[in-house]
Amino acid sequence: MSLSLDQIRRIADLARIALAPGEAEQTRDQLNGIFGLIEAMQSAHTAGVEPMAHAQDLAQRLREDAVTETDRRAAFQRIAPQIEAGLYLVPKVIE
Amino acid sequence: MPLADQEIVIGLEVHAQLNTVSKIFSGASTAFGAAPNSQACAVDIALPGVLPVLNREAVACAIRFGLAVGADIAPRSVFARKNYFYPDLPKGYQISQYELPVVAGGALTITVDGHEKQVRLTRAHLEEDAGKSLHEDFHGMTGIDLNRAGTPLLEIVSEPDMRSAAEAAAYAKKLHELVRWIGICDGNMQEGSFRCDANVSVRRPGAPLGTRREIKNLNSFRFLEQAIHYEAQWQIAEIEEGRAIRQATVLFDPDSGETRAMRSKEDAHDYRYFPDPDLLPLEISAAWKSEIEASMPELPAAMKTRFERDYGLSAYDAAALTAARATAAYFEQTVTAAGAGNAKLCANWVMGELAARLNREERDIAAAPLGAAQLAGLVARIADGTISGKIAKEVFDALWSGEGASADAVIEARGLKQISDTGALEKIIDDVLAANPKSVEEFRAGKEKAFNALVGQAMKATKGKANPQQVNELLKQKLTGPA
Repeated sequence: MSLSLDQIRRIADLARIALAPGEAEQTRDQLNGIFGLIEAMQSAHTAGVEPMAHAQDLAQRLREDAVTETDRRAAFQRIAPQIEAGLYLVPKVIE
Repeated sequence: MPLADQEIVIGLEVHAQLNTVSKIFSGASTAFGAAPNSQACAVDIALPGVLPVLNREAVACAIRFGLAVGADIAPRSVFARKNYFYPDLPKGYQISQYELPVVAGGALTITVDGHEKQVRLTRAHLEEDAGKSLHEDFHGMTGIDLNRAGTPLLEIVSEPDMRSAAEAAAYAKKLHELVRWIGICDGNMQEGSFRCDANVSVRRPGAPLGTRREIKNLNSFRFLEQAIHYEAQWQIAEIEEGRAIRQATVLFDPDSGETRAMRSKEDAHDYRYFPDPDLLPLEISAAWKSEIEASMPELPAAMKTRFERDYGLSAYDAAALTAARATAAYFEQTVTAAGAGNAKLCANWVMGELAARLNREERDIAAAPLGAAQLAGLVARIADGTISGKIAKEVFDALWSGEGASADAVIEARGLKQISDTGALEKIIDDVLAANPKSVEEFRAGKEKAFNALVGQAMKATKGKANPQQVNELLKQKLTGPA
């Protein structure tokens, strides 16, 4: 499998990454190189092997349902570019 | 093609906010109504280096739901990242479940116009909620409150099994009753604890499914029904005009009663799901599942069947009494105290006078000033003929306002006991007959109405404390017997 330039531009757009002229070609070649590796791995015989969801073959630990966090809004908002009335302000978004 | 040839096909996605005190992946509080961002911790606002840790209770809620709808509980399920950019989603992805959800399958039975129907469930999965965007009043900026970010949700997805707006509303109501019954969601629709999205398409019966449009964020059953109705008629009209339906996400405007497409990019739905490397697979042991199963309350469907069987109630009465767990419990306490033989009378009072009073005063049944034992005492006095149904309403009012601890105390204090002494009643009736010679004459002349007037006079003379049946009999005896 290999990616087209259109697919590269679409992935970049979905990821909100701006591609400078020439970068799309470069990125395509790099990604296609990675796909090459994946293709090589796909030749391994895996019939009957259950896919793993994580590199570690473990189950996740759960926490008890309890409130352990305190209000640290003031500290968090010190690094926010703009705040008002306790809210983080961002450029207008409306659908 | 005429309208009647089109079949409406509906599937619902419901987001139920789970009843946990802390968030699904952090220890921040989920309490509603806190100051903006005061319940958004480092995990919720996605500061670098933080890691999610799953809340055991959120998983338990999902298991309870799965057991309640007869679904499969996955012994192993996986969390995935759903990627999209929006300012109220700080990580740039929502942690959800994709290929391996925690709950698969199951069904709910709905009743519409007396007909039962099964709606199959596709799946239910755990995910985190996003924050809130406030678009007004910030000099052209949008305000972001992340208190809701990370609140646990169970997204419950149905199969496209519903064929009318009424069926969709019945399903949503049934689901709403169930999640509250099993205590996993408070069901508060104003606060957004229970939100519905409806997938609507139309087709000719038997044809493959048509292209669907998704109506987002319906927060009342009435809007759900209105929106689906409008959307289906719109799609049918489009098809009749020869236009094809294009897949889209639409919003319902309650003011105009119309649905309209959201302007969003075509690729907005390319979420690029992949397993979240921050979270190991979730394992649910058979032991945990059994433990939860043992703690489950009797479910509404089973309770309804039992009420019909053990108390001889109609399907309608049994369904109404099992619509909410608190109502069912109140009824059952009443009937236990009053005796199963009085079940129908208990049901009438719980669904009639009590429900009407609660409704009028906007009170919850748990906060009723009149307890089940008091109502049972009242019902018992109606059943044994101590008081009539009419006097019972007076006793009910007195108990409601806290006058007297029991029906017996009120009856005694107010002297409401029905006159059952035939001698005393005969004397009253003789007086009534003597005082109303005109009515007596009219009755003897064949005017049936005059009889009712005499009954009314007798009831009035006894201040309603006479047994109406007994009054009838005595009057008849005296009027038709030897003069």
